[in-house]
Amino acid sequence: MTTTTPVTETSDAEVRQRSWPFGSRRRRPAGRPLLYTSYAQDMALLNTRPKRIAVGAILLLAVAMPFLVTDDLLALLALACAASIGAIGLNLVTGYAGQVSLGHAFFLGIGAYTAAVISGDPDGRTLGFGITSLPVWLLAAGLVAGLAGLVVSPLASRLRGLYLAVVTLGLVFLGEHIFREWSQVTGGVGVGRTGPVPELFGVQLNENGEIFTRDQKLYLTMLILLLIFALLARNIARSAVGRAFSAVRDRDIAAEVIGVSLTRTKMVAFAVSSFYAGCAGALLYTVTGYVEPGAFNLLLSVQYIAMILIGGVATISGSILGAFFITLLPRVTRELPSLLPFISSTSGAGGISVFQVEAVLYGLLIIGFLIFEPRGLFGIWIRARNYWKAWPFSY
Amino acid sequence: MTEFLQSVVGGLGNGSIYVLLALGFVIIYKSMRIVSFAQPALMVAGTVLVSYLVGSVGFWLAVLIGILFAAALGVAIERTALRPMIGKPVFVIVIITLGIDIVVRVIVNGFIGQEVRQVGDPWGLSTVDIFGFPLQQRYLAMTIVTAVVVTALLAFYRYSRLGLAMRAASVDQEAAMAQGISIGVVFALSWAIAGGLATLAGTFAATGAGLDQGTWIIALKALPAIILGGLDSVNGAVIGGLTVGLVESFVGAYQDDLAPWLGDNFAAVSPYVVMLLVLLVRPYGLFGTPEVERV
Repeated sequence: MTTTTPVTETSDAEVRQRSWPFGSRRRRPAGRPLLYTSYAQDMALLNTRPKRIAVGAILLLAVAMPFLVTDDLLALLALACAASIGAIGLNLVTGYAGQVSLGHAFFLGIGAYTAAVISGDPDGRTLGFGITSLPVWLLAAGLVAGLAGLVVSPLASRLRGLYLAVVTLGLVFLGEHIFREWSQVTGGVGVGRTGPVPELFGVQLNENGEIFTRDQKLYLTMLILLLIFALLARNIARSAVGRAFSAVRDRDIAAEVIGVSLTRTKMVAFAVSSFYAGCAGALLYTVTGYVEPGAFNLLLSVQYIAMILIGGVATISGSILGAFFITLLPRVTRELPSLLPFISSTSGAGGISVFQVEAVLYGLLIIGFLIFEPRGLFGIWIRARNYWKAWPFSY
Repeated sequence: MTEFLQSVVGGLGNGSIYVLLALGFVIIYKSMRIVSFAQPALMVAGTVLVSYLVGSVGFWLAVLIGILFAAALGVAIERTALRPMIGKPVFVIVIITLGIDIVVRVIVNGFIGQEVRQVGDPWGLSTVDIFGFPLQQRYLAMTIVTAVVVTALLAFYRYSRLGLAMRAASVDQEAAMAQGISIGVVFALSWAIAGGLATLAGTFAATGAGLDQGTWIIALKALPAIILGGLDSVNGAVIGGLTVGLVESFVGAYQDDLAPWLGDNFAAVSPYVVMLLVLLVRPYGLFGTPEVERV
């Protein structure tokens, strides 16, 4: 413990090359988990051995999921993966860059419809171009939504705080109106249209195959995409762009004084966030297979706000946790009627229905987390970790 | 001409609903520096009580009880959920009001039920002839009642000690506290006033069409009104509310002929378009105070 490890003579570039992305293993002194001997180690994504082991275990479990659980649960997990991408996007603009956006549903909708139009049946009732290749429509959905975010961002650079929140709320209502009325694209209220058709390297992902079922294929696709998007977001967050985001969030004028361009940073934040939302929207409705224009309302935006608040503001892993929590919540509440007889499972009958319980739970969870644990599930994890790190001392 | 006058009267009537709601938003903003997303919940909570009481005690008494109930509910919300959050970031408190809104509205929806509830107002859809033009009584009544309420509110702020205390607290909280003003009372009172105004607005909104589970969305249309006028301006709220009402009314009347490609019901979202346009030109609304930026 007391011996110091001599720093070996290696150039920085060599260290960086060797260490990415796990940090240089050889040069970490044994038994000193918090001692970093190079910048690359400090900035590494998985900078400690327990983190490497834990992430490895979680990934292993995630990949093994298709063989462990039933298909309907797998579809739900696929949804959660897609929702995670959207939550990460919202966290980039609201958590990291501090620009409150209630307009996430609008960008989700743009992504969903762009993808649906590009992959849709050319001879169908609604507009479609029949290009079913997943990378093509996913990128297009992200880019169109990102462009919409870019168009909105001049408002963000002129407005601050609550004015921005209300304006983004207005976007949701305008978006809802457009989605409702443009029935050529959206199929109209109450009718809707089929979601994007996914096809990757000639494999139809939304049909049962010989080896994998539809849900297994979709889940694995969403999992891989989530990994890519999460890694990308994490790298944005820990690079110069991400530090500019945090500077703008913490004190925008001070950030401007030290040379961070507010307009540019806010534009990047909105564009990247909307790109994520667009991709998430496209993927969500690939899993459900059906898009209804009424879905992109204020409640959807609130759900995404709830995801990042419950998961943890300005954390990527927190966004994923929150998205899984909110997506799996209905599944849990659906079980309530069998346990508590005064809750009914349909909305029409008297008494309390599960849908009401669900909505109340969203509200109560948001309030509860904000009052008692503002850092969300991620914060609970940090507290537990710190407790055991310092055990048996209290701090 | 008749259509034009009807649009004006209808716009002023609906505008007065937005004025009442916008005043609630502005009063809470001035005291606590937050936009309360719980306004829709306060509105439907008071209005649903009115719809239950109107059969037994008559319209005006029911409205009065509804106003008092929503005021009490506003105070209760402020005291339990928001008082512990004093000093926390604004965004956090705003999201808490959003959570409260969802919870309260779900409970109220249980009382509204699936069908439309009537508030039993004395006007209905009947019209009165003024200079030969048939105009709806309820719009005229709304405009007059709102004018009276707004005048009373302005007088309260201008001439009463409590009103002066509220104005002082909105200028500088710490200085007001040093002068012996109880900030807690100011907070509670502003939520009570906002709740009462919201109930009156909700009752007006429910005349004619009635109250159903979708009525709450009307309260959010007051948001363009306060953004138009500026978040911290009472006069701005009045002008913004009337503007939103008139814009909506005119778009509803003439859009079918002039711009049918905008789609049905464009009138319902036209306030948001106006809001976006105004904000691009004037970021703090028409009458809002620009923030002084200090490092």
